[in-house]
Amino acid sequence: MDASHKTKREDFSTGSGPAVCPSKKLDRATVEAHLARTSGPEYWRSLEELAGSPEFQEMLHREFPKGASEWVESFSRRGFLQLMGASLALAGMTGCTKLPLEPIVPYVRQPEDVIPGRPMFFASAATLSGYGSPILVESHLGRPTKIEGNDRHPASLGGTDIFTQASILGMYDPDRSQTIMHLGDVNSWSEFVKQIKGPLAVQKGLGGAGIRILTQTISSPSVADQLRAFLKLYPQAKWHVYEPVNRDNVLEGAKLAFGQPVETRYDFSKADVIVSLDADFLYAGFPGNTRYIRDFASRRNPDRNMSRFYAIESTPTSTGAKADHRYPMRASEIEAVAREFAYSVQPILGRPRELPETMRFVGPIRDELSKHPGSSIIIPGDHQPPAVHASAHALNAALGNVGKTVFCTDPVDANPVNQIESLRDLVADMRAGKVDMLIIMGGNPAYDAPADLGFEDALKSSNVALRVHYGLYRNETAEYCHWHVNEAHYLESWGDARAYDGTVSIVQPLIAPLYGGRTANEFVSALSGISDVKGYDLVRTYWQKQHTGADFEAFWRKSLNDGRIEGTTYAPRSVAAKNATMPSTDSADPNTLEVNFRRDPSIYDGQFANNGWLQELPKPMSKLTWDNAVLVGPKMAAREGLATEDMVMIELNGRRMTAPVWIQAGHPDHSVTVYLGYGRTRAGKAGTGAGFNAYPLRTTAAPWFATGAKLAKTGETYKLASTQGYQTMDTPDGDTRPIVREASLAKYKEEPKFAQEEQPPHELTLYQNYDYSKGYAWGMAIDMNSCVGCNNCMVACQSENNIAVVGKEQVVRGRHMHWIRVDAYYQGDRDNPKAYFQPVPCMQCENAPCELVCPVGATLHSTEGLNDMVYNRCVGTRYCSNNCPYKVRRFNFLLFQDWDTQQYKMMRNPDVTVRSRGVMEKCTYCIQRITEHRIDAERADKQIEDGTLQTACQQSCPANAIIFGNINDPNSRVAKLKAQDRNYAVLGDLNTRPRTTYLAEVRNPNPEIEPQAERS
Amino acid sequence: MADHTEEVEVRNARAPVIEPGYTFGTVTDKISSIVLTRPTSTGWFVGFGAAFLVTMMLLFALGYLFVKGTGIWGINIPIGWGFAIVNFVWWIGIGHAGTLISAILLLLRQSWRNSINRFAEAMTLFAVACAGIFPLVHTGRPWLAYWLFPYPNTMQYWPQFRSPLLWDVFAVSTYFTISLLFWFIGLVPDLATLRDRSESRWARIIYGILALGWRGSARHWHRYESAYLLLAGLATPLVLSVHTVVSFDFAIAIVPGWHTTIFPPYFVAGAIYSGFAMVLMLAIPIRKLYGLEDFITDRHLQNSAKVMLATGWIVAYGYGIEAFMGWYSGNRYDAFTLWNRLHGPYAFFYWMLLLCNIFIPQLLWIRKLRTSPIGLFAISTVILVGMWLERFVIVVMSLHRDFLPSSWGMYYPTRWDWMTYGGTIGMFLAAMFLFVRILPMISIFEMRTLLPEAEVKE
Amino acid sequence: MKTTPIYGMMAEFDSATALVEAARKTHQAGYQKIDAYSPFPVEELAEAIGFHTNRVALVTLIGAAIGGLSGYLMQYWMAAVSYPTNIGGRPYHSWPSFIVITFELTILFGGISAVLGMLALNGLPMPYHPVFNVPRFVMASKDRFFLIIFSTDPKYDPAGTRQFLQALEPRSISEVPS
Repeated sequence: MDASHKTKREDFSTGSGPAVCPSKKLDRATVEAHLARTSGPEYWRSLEELAGSPEFQEMLHREFPKGASEWVESFSRRGFLQLMGASLALAGMTGCTKLPLEPIVPYVRQPEDVIPGRPMFFASAATLSGYGSPILVESHLGRPTKIEGNDRHPASLGGTDIFTQASILGMYDPDRSQTIMHLGDVNSWSEFVKQIKGPLAVQKGLGGAGIRILTQTISSPSVADQLRAFLKLYPQAKWHVYEPVNRDNVLEGAKLAFGQPVETRYDFSKADVIVSLDADFLYAGFPGNTRYIRDFASRRNPDRNMSRFYAIESTPTSTGAKADHRYPMRASEIEAVAREFAYSVQPILGRPRELPETMRFVGPIRDELSKHPGSSIIIPGDHQPPAVHASAHALNAALGNVGKTVFCTDPVDANPVNQIESLRDLVADMRAGKVDMLIIMGGNPAYDAPADLGFEDALKSSNVALRVHYGLYRNETAEYCHWHVNEAHYLESWGDARAYDGTVSIVQPLIAPLYGGRTANEFVSALSGISDVKGYDLVRTYWQKQHTGADFEAFWRKSLNDGRIEGTTYAPRSVAAKNATMPSTDSADPNTLEVNFRRDPSIYDGQFANNGWLQELPKPMSKLTWDNAVLVGPKMAAREGLATEDMVMIELNGRRMTAPVWIQAGHPDHSVTVYLGYGRTRAGKAGTGAGFNAYPLRTTAAPWFATGAKLAKTGETYKLASTQGYQTMDTPDGDTRPIVREASLAKYKEEPKFAQEEQPPHELTLYQNYDYSKGYAWGMAIDMNSCVGCNNCMVACQSENNIAVVGKEQVVRGRHMHWIRVDAYYQGDRDNPKAYFQPVPCMQCENAPCELVCPVGATLHSTEGLNDMVYNRCVGTRYCSNNCPYKVRRFNFLLFQDWDTQQYKMMRNPDVTVRSRGVMEKCTYCIQRITEHRIDAERADKQIEDGTLQTACQQSCPANAIIFGNINDPNSRVAKLKAQDRNYAVLGDLNTRPRTTYLAEVRNPNPEIEPQAERS
Repeated sequence: MADHTEEVEVRNARAPVIEPGYTFGTVTDKISSIVLTRPTSTGWFVGFGAAFLVTMMLLFALGYLFVKGTGIWGINIPIGWGFAIVNFVWWIGIGHAGTLISAILLLLRQSWRNSINRFAEAMTLFAVACAGIFPLVHTGRPWLAYWLFPYPNTMQYWPQFRSPLLWDVFAVSTYFTISLLFWFIGLVPDLATLRDRSESRWARIIYGILALGWRGSARHWHRYESAYLLLAGLATPLVLSVHTVVSFDFAIAIVPGWHTTIFPPYFVAGAIYSGFAMVLMLAIPIRKLYGLEDFITDRHLQNSAKVMLATGWIVAYGYGIEAFMGWYSGNRYDAFTLWNRLHGPYAFFYWMLLLCNIFIPQLLWIRKLRTSPIGLFAISTVILVGMWLERFVIVVMSLHRDFLPSSWGMYYPTRWDWMTYGGTIGMFLAAMFLFVRILPMISIFEMRTLLPEAEVKE
Repeated sequence: MKTTPIYGMMAEFDSATALVEAARKTHQAGYQKIDAYSPFPVEELAEAIGFHTNRVALVTLIGAAIGGLSGYLMQYWMAAVSYPTNIGGRPYHSWPSFIVITFELTILFGGISAVLGMLALNGLPMPYHPVFNVPRFVMASKDRFFLIIFSTDPKYDPAGTRQFLQALEPRSISEVPS
């Protein structure tokens, strides 16, 4: 560490230098003086005047050192924080925030009664690959501080996903593009509008033949409407769509099955049997995952009729970990399985080749499916070829699931084209010189386009006269464009978005754009020549047009308030299967190496690469942070003599990438998985240079998996940062520790108390016990049957409790700061192990071992049974952590918190102390929330109502796996759960008397298969 | 009467505690000349200079620590304590020999102690001083470490008296104070001697002040003797209690490998073990360099060796019981801790520890070795290494794999860990160099009592 | 009593035995205010000059008692009275945890009072003392033994006392100016 420490010292100086010296050139005072001249609505616009001023230009050149984002240096967090301070171009401005002037409607109260210290919640929606996730944004005095799910929206019911929650960090990201740039120099919106007028006029003559618009998947009705209007203006212009993580296979599969592109929606709450064909539907990024988790979990209660879940998957996922039967299998072989499933019901789909031994499991599953007509689900993965989707459609139809558990709807994508083909056409046109004006709205094709298209070259070889990039970051693509227009973050914008079920939410801004960006609506309208309309008006007028009923104002207010527009949910469509046989793609030789490309569990397709929370969020199975790796199965690793952290070169028909190996239990043999999104070159201080870029291997022919790869050790090794030291409960001495307790449903029925063990009697003490029977006694129960390891709780906690990001180097040293972690344990056969997830917050032990050993009494017990941590009193002996058997305490070994960056100051939760160097910290059961509710209750002179008080982790949990409340109240949900037979305390035999207890896991294996399922 | 029996014993012993042919005068001259008349050798300057530089390195390492935080060390979660506490316990252990020799052996009327107790006590003080550094600087916010003392404050909030760490504060500071008093009181008559014999005016003034005007009056001697004896009586339980309390830091905690009732006795034994090893490591070169073989005779080396042999076996018994209990308790976590010591990632250090602390020291059964300075020096070194490893095994190996496998980790010391550790050794040596230069390293007046003519013939 | 420029009469011997002999004789001769000086503790000397009582032990005992008592009471007051807190479910007055510090403070106070008591009773530190005026007295810290009869002694008279001392066959006799 020390070498890097030296270097860190250096980049303090280089970093903080600029941060300090602006005061000489352009200090806050001068800036504010400038701003003072203008007022009211023009406030933020006035940056343009500033932009004109020489000293501002001068400052920007210092603040944006040329190529700053190619920060080549071993990533050190302290370093980059200092630099963030420096990169804070508008240090003067960021101090002040304002609510947008338009009337945005608060979720609970009217905005006029803003009470300092009282957060307000506004309904809005975040979008990922076009799919909106409905949210409530917590706002403190006009500063959005936290994102929670919108419980009034069917797609959320209160839950969220990690990307949505972490997007708040993205909004405050100082590396976000902060100005409009032209040829690398700061420029202004008005100038941009002026300068595109000419070329557009020229195109007008040609009917827009030279105009190409490349967007990401767009579900926003208003934006889509504007784009179509634009295309009317320029009939010859083309609208292309590309996303690296797209749903082409879903649409193609639907076309294959029904002849028309429809999307599929599932209802897991009604499914008794679920068969996943490589679908990772219980993890963020899969459209509808939040709702799916809620529904899935609701059917995993062993005391009610529990569903059975078969997962056939090509790479280990948290979804597969929840399966009752999991079958690892190369992605290319799954089509054969799908056909085998479907053949029985749809012979026309074509007879699959003779199944190998490994696929014989299909039989029993098919039998069980046939026993559950109308109450089963076959769900294919987005990365499986159309044939698999078609087979699934056929099977679901044949089983009568359609309309009961499976629904076909219009696609959420407003422009449902085959995105890879769409991009192919675009590149062809660019090469052919047909493109005079390319407008890239969002996305980063220069980085993530399929390698064989050579989009980057096409963009570079500038026979495209005018290239405009519009986005949140000046990323790899922006580099090759003449113009870069900085996008306003969705938390700063008006807009709208469709959720996976079609329901539309209006996107409300929580704050005026920090860096004066433009919303999508404003940008498109500027293209069509109207540059002075506000996003608010564009969205509102669009919906005014749509609105048929009488009182629009009421409709508008209600829509904003509820975060959803009544009646926009897509109605299920009945689609007739068209009887076309599918060309049977003969699957590859089972012994050639296959490479899987998957969206990254933490940073998706790379767009979150600069998000520290997500980078440091352990991937559900490997617990890796800050890097991607080549996931290799144990068999293959043994055969090839690979060890974790060996660098290997993967060669796939001529294309190469090198990356370190991570041996992943449960990964199928003759196959490796690499996550996309890493190896960014212009992501920002956090993302640039992290991990290894897998896109160069990815081609249009094989976007998700490709066979025929070669893998060779390079001889080097590479340090990977995993947050979990050891991933089984079987200790090397042959013992197995009863940390996660599990039984089959059958065993549970005959022995409901299987999880119980003898606890030390309470009387067994020199002292008499402390009395907690009065007032509140807070406790938590975590149902491991519901938990799907989605990591939501970790991000929620990080956001709620101002938890610092420490960086890869510190994670390697074992100093990550997460207050709640999700432990993953494997058990049994390493080639196909059982896997368990166990969220671990502070146990709030009544006999807290940590308190006993603190010499200064910095951690002690509250009357409500909380294990309080007094930061101010802590001198940092770390004795408490040593003596904590659950190791939930986290220590600020260095100054991990960023005290410099203005933006982060605005982002933090004002109710939670920001911890400094040298103090211990840990989960508090969100004591700030408890206190707030206690105060309210006392003022209303009543008890805190069960369920109204939720911890952050509980609130964000889509599976309702975490239940918190007053255990003194026998009717509280937590008390009821703790009364259940499955309830047990981890390490209870230490007599720590933890307030956090777990409900043992119960699986529901198929008795006919279980014998061979028990392969260990 | 004491001296009488002493002397008889001395005469009969094979190796005397002081070679014959010395008078009050020659004894006095020989010892005091080292301080007063002998020219300071270049060797001393070189040695002291080197030690001083290392001490400066310590200051640098600590300075950087205060600027950056304990994160510059290898510690982490789960291993919250690393070198700092290992070194603390190691130094405290070494610091036990001094008081043990001066107090316990005094009560046991082991006259041979007279020629080694003085610098053994000095060693104790310096070792405890080195030890004292670590608990202070290992905290995350060292500038607040005074919160461990119960001083009146506006918050009316007090230290938490159930924490073994707080017991440490009291035990160690008491131990340091008592050792200091003991050492200083022992010095007073000799300081008087130096006062009366030094040529230079300044030396006379300084030694004079320190001597408190001692003039050897019979009344004074009488009270002096009883005070010294009482102090010895108090120091004896103290010296036993200090390492017991240190062992509580671990024994009170629930960490497997720490939570052991055998800790107090075997910590104390271990402390004496390493303490005597350090005494020998110092005595052997000193008696050679300053030609004190007549005062620090083979008898002393032998006895120290025997003490080490005995305590070594107590320590071995401790290890044995630990291992046995790991198996016998049937506690899965203790059992694993044992397994982890024998086979885990740090197993090498555990085996080294057994080698250094149990197997090699058995050579001390050989009489020739007990009397060979080089041999003893070598074995003492081995023992000191072994005792350091013991603390490493206890602190790090217990923490790095405790209850939940998900939270297992590894500990790798950084260069700052090493600099801090090495730095304290430098500080210790620098202090020793100064001590032998400016104070009588052997108690002159107690040596006089060993002479035949000291006996009063009726 | 009458003040005199003379502090006392001092005789020098060169062995502990001789000194003890002389001291005993002097004491038996009825001299009260006498003292003896030796370079190392000589057990017989104290009773030879008729010095028996010694309160160091008593002082130490008192000190130790105070230390132990205050130690425990401090902990009790701070943990159970002044600012009681629930630490890991332990009672405020968890006496077993208080034993260690009580013990340590007993030792600390006992030790300090032993040393300070001894010094106080000895009237030390006392940088100046008339006996230092005798040039040969520097040998007292090396290998010579001295006996002094103070001029404040009722039996003291310059001539007679000198004669008496002569009879003890000292190496030398010298008057000690005050």
